[in-house]
Amino acid sequence: MTSRKTVLVLGGSSDIARATARAFAKAGYDVQLAGRDAAVLEPDAADLRARYNVEASRWTFDVLDTASFETFASGLPALPDVVISIVGLLGAQESAQSDLEHATTIMRSNYEGPALILGLFAEKFLARGYGTIVGVSSVAGDRGRASNYVYGSAKAGFSAFLSGLRARASRGGVHIVTVKPGFVRTKMTEGMKLIGPLTVEAQVVGDAILNAVQRRTDVVYVSGKWRLVMLIIKALPEAIFKKLKF
Amino acid sequence: MTLVSGWGRFPVVDTDVLRPRSFMAIGEAVAGASGTVARGNGRAYGDAGIGAIRTIAMTGFDRVRSFDPVTGRIRLEAGVLLSDLIDTFGPRGFLPFVVPGTRFVSVGGAIAADVHGKNHHCEGGFGRYVDSILLRTGQGEIIEASREENSDAFFATVGGMGLTGVILEATMRLRPVETGWIRERVVSTSDLGAAMRALDAGDSATYSVAWIDCVARGSELGRSLIYLGEHARAGELPDGADAFPLGKDPALAVPVDLPSITLNRYSIRAFNELYYRMGAKRAGESHRVSLFPYFFPLDSISAWNRIYGRRGFLQHQCVIPEHGARDVLGDILERVTKRGDASFLAVLKKLGQGDGILSFPMPGYTLALDFPMRGDILNFLDEIDRLVVAAGGRLYLAKDARQSRATFEAGYPALQRFKAIRKSLDLAGKIRSKLSQRLFDEVQP
Repeated sequence: MTSRKTVLVLGGSSDIARATARAFAKAGYDVQLAGRDAAVLEPDAADLRARYNVEASRWTFDVLDTASFETFASGLPALPDVVISIVGLLGAQESAQSDLEHATTIMRSNYEGPALILGLFAEKFLARGYGTIVGVSSVAGDRGRASNYVYGSAKAGFSAFLSGLRARASRGGVHIVTVKPGFVRTKMTEGMKLIGPLTVEAQVVGDAILNAVQRRTDVVYVSGKWRLVMLIIKALPEAIFKKLKF
Repeated sequence: MTLVSGWGRFPVVDTDVLRPRSFMAIGEAVAGASGTVARGNGRAYGDAGIGAIRTIAMTGFDRVRSFDPVTGRIRLEAGVLLSDLIDTFGPRGFLPFVVPGTRFVSVGGAIAADVHGKNHHCEGGFGRYVDSILLRTGQGEIIEASREENSDAFFATVGGMGLTGVILEATMRLRPVETGWIRERVVSTSDLGAAMRALDAGDSATYSVAWIDCVARGSELGRSLIYLGEHARAGELPDGADAFPLGKDPALAVPVDLPSITLNRYSIRAFNELYYRMGAKRAGESHRVSLFPYFFPLDSISAWNRIYGRRGFLQHQCVIPEHGARDVLGDILERVTKRGDASFLAVLKKLGQGDGILSFPMPGYTLALDFPMRGDILNFLDEIDRLVVAAGGRLYLAKDARQSRATFEAGYPALQRFKAIRKSLDLAGKIRSKLSQRLFDEVQP
């Protein structure tokens, strides 16, 4: 029996996580699902086992509890081949402007926690000599917008962290992927006005992540249209950008 | 409120759309309004998947609970699409026993409509392969219903158009297959009588369906291509052939609503003529086709409902009992060809006995026709309905958007029994759809 590859999905209860776990399980990976409440992950784990005849396990992981990271990482039965962080919190920009606690939670959920846990796995992968790390960031990190800069700035920090980590880790045989999904129809975006042609289903993101891992892509805009949109938005002079309503 | 319509895009109505994330939240959604129905992937043509007040979107419930690779028995949440089942379990050697003309329907929807496929004449409908259902009744309970346990609820739910409650999960059997290929044989027939005889002769074939050229008139009225099919065995594939070719995502999409002028008697006539000739050329010997074009020819064009323009279209699907069917179907076809704006698609099939109390199938012939929503089409279809009723036939609720109460009541004599069971599951009448309001709820909309 050939030993199978394992993927660890952090933030396991989200729609994108479910889709990503399915994409990897379909490709033959065993899956470790990790989330705040491991019990709620059981239906998804059972789904993976039934569909793809793979191993699927559940793990408790809280992205805000950074003190627990070392224990979490070394508590896994085997170091996975791929680690994916799908953790994120959109939050509410307006509250975050005056509610420091809410702003802190957004910043920590989107930057501090994901960066630290992926950094930790990167060290273990480098010590082992191989592995792939995937961070799901956001196009919102490409330029701060009036309507969501607390979230966007944290994602910008996360993107910068991944980019630096990539530069360093590639020399040690470890590959880092940054994923920028754009609009995805999920729980997180429910009730928001999304632009149809720029919006994708969660499964498209899941398949894109698997594809990026297999092809060793560095930065993925899930819908190619976003690369162009963000290229234009990034190129706008600040004097003009600040007058635009986004 | 959100404007929602079925696949035929008529009628368009206002309803709250809720996307609960747990079975408990589904219960709260049902309890919190006086007229709710579950909606799968929105492929019912008319108003069956639209709640009177509130509609519960079920596509997020798409987990497989368990699968036995030996027996093919599977337990899953009701929002799993048949396309997902086929893609996931086809390569493992299992397919649904029954598939309708599109694979983009949910399991819950397929049970609620007791959908039929090209094999109904010999293998029955979707419900026949369902062993049990987890149902959240309007009364607020979650019950397991099967042929043995809560059997009234079971047989009212199969074919019950979601009106007994919300189907949460189902346990069903999948068909073991050796390949994803169909051995197809095309028979071309010169008129309606020949088409019906060819379908009768094809009774022993697992799959059979006739495409009717509904533009041909006179002595050619009802000329057809009959498609017979069998699952290909592994040994029948040439060496190196892919045993299970996967379904591609639709390569073509109709990007915008086409102006209604696109569909006229000339374009339809040209299409039908071409289609018939191409099919007739292939008639005779059998050949291998992938299951996707065989079962789901229209799925290769996504949003094909836009072909009919913004105003949408109506599908009229009736079943006529065998005795005297030739004359009634001939009469219907003649009126349709005379009108001249008949559909691209006229399909004739044989059906066997249905399983659910409100299941559409009965032994006989079913004819499905599309009509663009324009002009006096509603009056015209009322006229066709009178022929159907007189012949002892009925209309398919999953496709219906406009039949009258009288037509419905004449076609479904088991309605009183259905209503009694429905009432026992939902004393307060929480479960109601636009369809039930239109066809049989006592409380008028």
